[in-house]
Amino acid sequence: MAILEMKHVSKYFGKVAANVDVNLSVEQGEVHALLGENGAGKSTLMNILYGLYEQSSGHIYLNGERLKLRNPKDAINKGIGMVHQHFMLVPTLTVIENVVLGMDSNHAILDLKKSAEEFAEMAKNYDMPIDPWAKVSSLSVGQQQRAEILKALYRKASILILDEPTAVLTPQEATALFDVIRRLTAEKLTIILISHKMNEIMAVCNRCTVLRQGRVVATMPVSEIQDASQLAELMVGQQVKLTMDKKPSTPGPCVLKVQNISYKDKHKVSRLNKVSFQIHAGEIVGICGVDGNGQSELVRCITGLIHPSEGQILLGAEDISKEHTSEILKKGVSHIPEDRHKMGMIMDMSINENLILMSFHQKPFSKNKLLNWKWIRSHNEDIVETYNVKTPDIYERAGNLSGGNQQKFVVGRELDRKPALLVAMHPARGLDIGATKFIQQRLLEESERGAAVLLVSTELDEIMELSDRIVVMNSGNVVGIVNQAEATRERLGLMMASEV
Amino acid sequence: MEEFLVSVFKMAVPLLLCSLGTLFSEKAGTVNIGLEGSMLTGALFGVLGSYWTGSPYIGALIAMTSCVVLSLVFAFFTVTIRANQIVMGVAINTIATGLTISLNRIFLTSASVVKVNGFKSIPIPFLNKIPVIGEVLFDQTVPAYFAYILVFLTWFVYSKTDLGLRIRAVGEYPAACDTVGINVARLRYSTLLYGGIMAGLAGAYISTGQLSAFSEGMISGRGFTAYAAVIFGNFTPLGVFRSCMIFAVGMGLQYRLQAMDTPVSYYFWMMLPYIITIVALCMYRKRSNAPKYSGIPYVKG
Repeated sequence: MAILEMKHVSKYFGKVAANVDVNLSVEQGEVHALLGENGAGKSTLMNILYGLYEQSSGHIYLNGERLKLRNPKDAINKGIGMVHQHFMLVPTLTVIENVVLGMDSNHAILDLKKSAEEFAEMAKNYDMPIDPWAKVSSLSVGQQQRAEILKALYRKASILILDEPTAVLTPQEATALFDVIRRLTAEKLTIILISHKMNEIMAVCNRCTVLRQGRVVATMPVSEIQDASQLAELMVGQQVKLTMDKKPSTPGPCVLKVQNISYKDKHKVSRLNKVSFQIHAGEIVGICGVDGNGQSELVRCITGLIHPSEGQILLGAEDISKEHTSEILKKGVSHIPEDRHKMGMIMDMSINENLILMSFHQKPFSKNKLLNWKWIRSHNEDIVETYNVKTPDIYERAGNLSGGNQQKFVVGRELDRKPALLVAMHPARGLDIGATKFIQQRLLEESERGAAVLLVSTELDEIMELSDRIVVMNSGNVVGIVNQAEATRERLGLMMASEV
Repeated sequence: MEEFLVSVFKMAVPLLLCSLGTLFSEKAGTVNIGLEGSMLTGALFGVLGSYWTGSPYIGALIAMTSCVVLSLVFAFFTVTIRANQIVMGVAINTIATGLTISLNRIFLTSASVVKVNGFKSIPIPFLNKIPVIGEVLFDQTVPAYFAYILVFLTWFVYSKTDLGLRIRAVGEYPAACDTVGINVARLRYSTLLYGGIMAGLAGAYISTGQLSAFSEGMISGRGFTAYAAVIFGNFTPLGVFRSCMIFAVGMGLQYRLQAMDTPVSYYFWMMLPYIITIVALCMYRKRSNAPKYSGIPYVKG
């Protein structure tokens, strides 16, 4: 019998439908995947189940009993726990303080010592040891997630919702998480896993429910899934090409030549150490490595946000290593930054305004220091259409769009300038399949047009599929440069982890 | 020396009451610069209450009640309506200035200053006979004793209790508190009201306790100083205590130096406590314990 059932649940925000007539039934002890593209209504549905939103219509049943959830506390009391994509841990507090925070069973005067003992004992039983007295801000992302899961278990959760748990994890951490999930289901816990990564679903889930545009399109056992493209088609609603057809490149003249650049940060720690490589026109060079091994600094040096302490960066024949960012951008460099929200766009401005951030001072965007809104508007409407940005109109606040649509207009803005060099860092991070493939296809087209493309990513598949050559970085050093044909996951992985 | 210490402790009492009171609401993520106005209102109603009833204690109760009303207005606009907290603070200060002047002229107007019953010192037997500190610490009024106890109480609630944990968490990450079932708005309301009560008591202490009379604008920046003490104290109870004492030394010094016949202008000594406050805030750049969501209204979902 199903432990949890959602029957005919709908949720409207104003006139926008987030969930329409959703039926979901979850068996005890299973891992149930909730699958769908960004904006398909997965998170909304789970927030309803966790009491953060109230459904507009429909009912929720737990063990056959109808639930009325007015707030998260009601859900917690019914044994529903949720690990949010953005962790709900207070970074300045210790693990145990976060664990007991807000619990009804707390005495007015806290006995953290006793709670910490119980908590550590429980963590040990689940094979997830963690120091209860560690400050959350000092924990790695993987450990924070562990603390979140344990926090829910400490509140006696019997149903655990995990919202895109692997999005922030390294591959090793993700594998460890899957072990934890198997361990928990062995203890009769029920897990709802929100995801849009198909390999995860194949790895740990028993059944999956696919959502598209707020509706359930299918529920099936994972064993009946034939291949990844079947799921992708269900999610997107049409056939998705999962493999890119990259044509063999014919490299032109050298566009970017990085020569022996080094960089020390303000604490005098060396971040880049004599890095050299070059990119020719029509070529995609991928930089791969575990996050934080100098990729950010390298991209910042090339785009002029920081200046290398030694070495040269030649754009064409010109040394740009001491140039200001605005000068570099003028010379035909486009930049898709690593952090879309902090560097790529201004959330509180409209799409229309965001699209001219780089070029508003140039003709024909402005004349005599006055913006030519009429021209800008029609130009921007073209970009929005070409790059398939889903928005009511171009005056929508940029922060209101989904991540995929935000990234699409950032890409659109950067490619619209027809760059000679395109620097793209994590261009598809956090995006669903549809948006990912769309953006990767655009990168390929740019290189075919004759642009030099520098692609920085932590996703090995993405790097191997798109790059002509792959530069492997480790602790600020270039470990080696591999041609696409010779690159294998194992080889790159070994190089990424090698001692320097 | 003894006289100087007595005046330092007298200066410290209203600062301690007000800044320890407001520490919780600051930590919970609201910025209340309306303390100045709250203290002023408290000062007036303390005197009015004592004038009407003859008891400074009932006066203090009325002062606290008046400030609860004021804080309720502040909380309604900043927490419920999510108005800008600085603007609201300025509004409270402006309202308080006008209100106290009007009420003062309506009720207490006369050619001479109306003197009311003030708090009487209650010496603690034996302890008050200790040389030097006996008179400084143990021959004080009820609000002063309460201020000392409040240092300990605030530290205890802040670091040892469930309530303290909730308060520390809410200013740091309100969304996380929401997901574990803490009512963010209710917590912010209650800390603001509590801060108002303490500001009222602090105001009443200044008027009824120190001068036994009200004069217009008599708080003269002490509400802001109390606010500065929270920041300078890095949002911890003991830090707040320490910075209140430093500011109080500045104020005590001001009166001593004014009384001493120095060649420096009297106005310069009057500036001294404010200069100390400004310099302290400029030099102290460690904000490690400042709440991250300070001044940002919380929107659910």
